[in-house]
Amino acid sequence: MAEALGCVRGGRILFRGLSFALAPGQAGLLTGPNGVGKSSLLRLLAGLLQPSAGSYETPQTNALCDDRLALDEHLPLEQALRFWARLDGKDETQTASAMARAGLAHLAEVPVRYFSTGQRQRARLARTYLADARLWLLDEPANGLDTDSVDQLGAALQSHLDDGGIILAASHIPLPIAFDIALQLQPLEELEACL
Amino acid sequence: MFVIRAIATIIWRDVRQSYASGGTWLPVIFYLSAATLFPFAVGPDRELLLQTGGGILWIAALLATLLPLDRLIQPDLENGVYDQLIVRGISDEMIAAARLVSHWLSFGPPLLFAAFLASGLMGLEGTPLSILLASLAIATPALAGLAVMIAALTAGLKGAGALGGLLLVPLAIPLLIFGAGSLSAQGGSALLFLAAISLLLVAITPFAAGAALRAIRE
Repeated sequence: MAEALGCVRGGRILFRGLSFALAPGQAGLLTGPNGVGKSSLLRLLAGLLQPSAGSYETPQTNALCDDRLALDEHLPLEQALRFWARLDGKDETQTASAMARAGLAHLAEVPVRYFSTGQRQRARLARTYLADARLWLLDEPANGLDTDSVDQLGAALQSHLDDGGIILAASHIPLPIAFDIALQLQPLEELEACL
Repeated sequence: MFVIRAIATIIWRDVRQSYASGGTWLPVIFYLSAATLFPFAVGPDRELLLQTGGGILWIAALLATLLPLDRLIQPDLENGVYDQLIVRGISDEMIAAARLVSHWLSFGPPLLFAAFLASGLMGLEGTPLSILLASLAIATPALAGLAVMIAALTAGLKGAGALGGLLLVPLAIPLLIFGAGSLSAQGGSALLFLAAISLLLVAITPFAAGAALRAIRE
């Protein structure tokens, strides 16, 4: 999937020569210290950043779940999700099912701005489930989730893998699924970074 | 097909949000207050108001353009909406074009309505009134385009609102010259020039604002 990828941000090389492949039904775990480029790698694969070197190939549809909500705060959750549902060509049943999988069915009528940290995270996940993409790029998907919600997340990830989906997740919190590959990003040497 | 549906969805959401949040009426109220204050300031001389009223209404329209600058691009950019659209394969230019249309829909018609009301305060009627409304109708897409471009260029900067004002005013001068010029006796060609400038600004908006959005992401 990725071939000798390199990424430069703000004049610094974050990583280079990164190669890996994930087949349908496989999951990859991305680890490494803060600031090493995990989020940048996910954003790059999502098509939001240009690689400075190398090339990559992703399935036709991607879903990115990062720290931003991308839902209208003043709207009730269901209506806020409906915008993305329309874009992705999904109907109301699928919206309801995505909310249920994220454990948010009871909050469908509550405006998003009243959500707690964990509920916001679950709303991000609901938006990701709803997109129904082949490749899920998850940036700290378990942040702020309680134990039950992490289990729910694990179930959703597992069913995505069982459907032949691909997952690449960066997480410090152990996720309850089996990862096929582990990618550990290392900070480049200071000297090297200056070159 | 997907792109057309996507753009329609984005425009519908933006317009609905704009009318629901009341943001649409702020420029209208500003416009009407400016038009109300002017006769108080210069006095009720009918001849003077007739001569200067059209120009004042044009300046007010230009200044009303500045009001929504900070909520055109910034909120959706911060909230990750544009990132999610890009992930779905919608280009920056498409996003900017959709924003231009949705902004005009929530800015142009209300402003024209306000101009119609305000022209009564200046004693404009008949042909001068129709010319004023025609010139504003031609120019509001360009004003909306300028606003979207400047909002995209300044998104994420500190003091973006003030900077946006400084950037927009000089760029809007050609519109003002030909727009207000069309009110004079031989205004026909000015109206044509206005239309040409308006077309140009509308045509470059998706590309300029799209490039700005792309630059912010990198």
